Amino acid sequence: MGKRVLLIEDEPNILEAISFILSRDGWTVHTHEDGETAMKKVIGFPPDMIILDVMLPGRSGFDILRDLRENQITKDIPVMMLTARGQEKDRELAMRLGANHFMTKPFSNADVRDHVRSLIDA
Amino acid sequence: MPTQHLTGGRIRDRRLELGLRQAAVAAAVGISPSYLNLIEHNRRRIGGKLLADIARLLEVDATLLTQGADRHLLERMRGAAAAFETDAEIARAEDIAARFPGWSALIVAQARRIAALDTHMAALTDRITHDPQLANALHEVISTVTSIRSSASILVTQEELDADWQRRFHENIHKDSLRLAASSEALVAYLETPEADVDIVQSPVEQLESALARTGYHVAALEAGNADVAQVARDLGLKGPATVLFASFAKQYMADARVLPLATFTEACRALDYNPAQLAGEFGADFAAVLRRLASLPADTSLPAMGLAIADVSGTLTFLKPVPGFNYSRRNGACPLWPIFGALSRPTQPVRAEVSLPDAARTRFLCYAIAQPQGAQQFDVTPVLNSTMLVVADPPESKANAIAVGGSCRICPRPDCTSRREPALIGISGARGL
Repeated sequence: MGKRVLLIEDEPNILEAISFILSRDGWTVHTHEDGETAMKKVIGFPPDMIILDVMLPGRSGFDILRDLRENQITKDIPVMMLTARGQEKDRELAMRLGANHFMTKPFSNADVRDHVRSLIDA
Repeated sequence: MPTQHLTGGRIRDRRLELGLRQAAVAAAVGISPSYLNLIEHNRRRIGGKLLADIARLLEVDATLLTQGADRHLLERMRGAAAAFETDAEIARAEDIAARFPGWSALIVAQARRIAALDTHMAALTDRITHDPQLANALHEVISTVTSIRSSASILVTQEELDADWQRRFHENIHKDSLRLAASSEALVAYLETPEADVDIVQSPVEQLESALARTGYHVAALEAGNADVAQVARDLGLKGPATVLFASFAKQYMADARVLPLATFTEACRALDYNPAQLAGEFGADFAAVLRRLASLPADTSLPAMGLAIADVSGTLTFLKPVPGFNYSRRNGACPLWPIFGALSRPTQPVRAEVSLPDAARTRFLCYAIAQPQGAQQFDVTPVLNSTMLVVADPPESKANAIAVGGSCRICPRPDCTSRREPALIGISGARGL
């Protein structure tokens, strides 16, 4: 069984497309669509890597990232942030909070796959 | 409006600006130093070949020496230069304004246009950054595009994709395309709403001031003190946030008009030589109300030209009625030496002060100012001060020491000013006659 990737994103068709790409690349992909319960999901199912959207219902990706880095169980899990806002201040905030990579929508499938590979192998 | 400075004075200013000695100039044009001295002090007329020779030696057009430049235009040119990091020969601005008034006016118009576009761009940037409705609409569009791109890419690049997956991604693309069409339409509709109709030329404060400038800052419809303010705003062509600003302005204007009715106030102004303190005493009126009322008198050639500035305690100018020589650019920051700011350190005490500009004519103004708490006073709440200043142009000759003020630091040539915030532009520092 491949390493586990948790994809937290509220757009179902993006979830499906990325899940498909990563599954074909050998990863075991789990998905979650809600910001408020995302931490509970991560702690109950510690993945090898998290792909985290910024704008989520209930709670923002930035808040979730902050909690991830303060929790002993999750603090070292690589996180790649996804956002529709490519502003530099958002990128700076994500990196300051401990993101390992920041990707702006619309992205290519190949980019997502390559960065997942590099972050898990790192 | 030609400068009132005389030809001899301009020759002297220009000679000193170039660092030339009187004797050297006199020798070069074939006259005695004492004769040049008389010319420079306007005690001998000058014209013809001698004027042309001196102009050539001083590297300026003869018309600049005889006519000077339009002061109003010159001020605006310096303001345009101050708004940019520039290597322009600012010390030659007067020369350019005198020789090429049309091109100079174009420079000024372009600078104003750029300032207006800057304001518009800032408003749009602010809107994109802070408008949650727009942010959500854009997020919806970008998310849908991302989904379509990912699904389409799978269909194109993935080999051996079975029929079920193909059908599934085709359906996703179809649904997302419908969603994209709807969200795009919603976005376009939102951007075309009246609320999105940002005035491309001016900010709300500038719209209000432009409308008031068209009336000469005298709004006859408000004089009775009971006008339909919304109708007056429409008549002035105001819309959006500018109408809110106007409502506040009109409320104050009508209150002032009720205390200081136009006919009796105008008569008293003439009788008391426009002295604000005496007028305040005569009518038992608030000093700031008298200053505002003086600045809103109807245009009359017998009136002294009067400007008005109102600033809050942060130093932000909230209202400005300019007169030539007194026309701040809000973008470049005001000179802190004007009495409007000094009054803030002496709340409720009226201030009378003469000021002089660093231009060739050492233009003087008589200023009256007062800082007062704004709004009702409350326990344990620090009052916010508002400072009001009336600026009277061309005051009578006086022996009083005038306060040496400037425009903004970037175009002020006073080298020893202890209040300077930043260096002057190249060509301004140390230059005379600016």
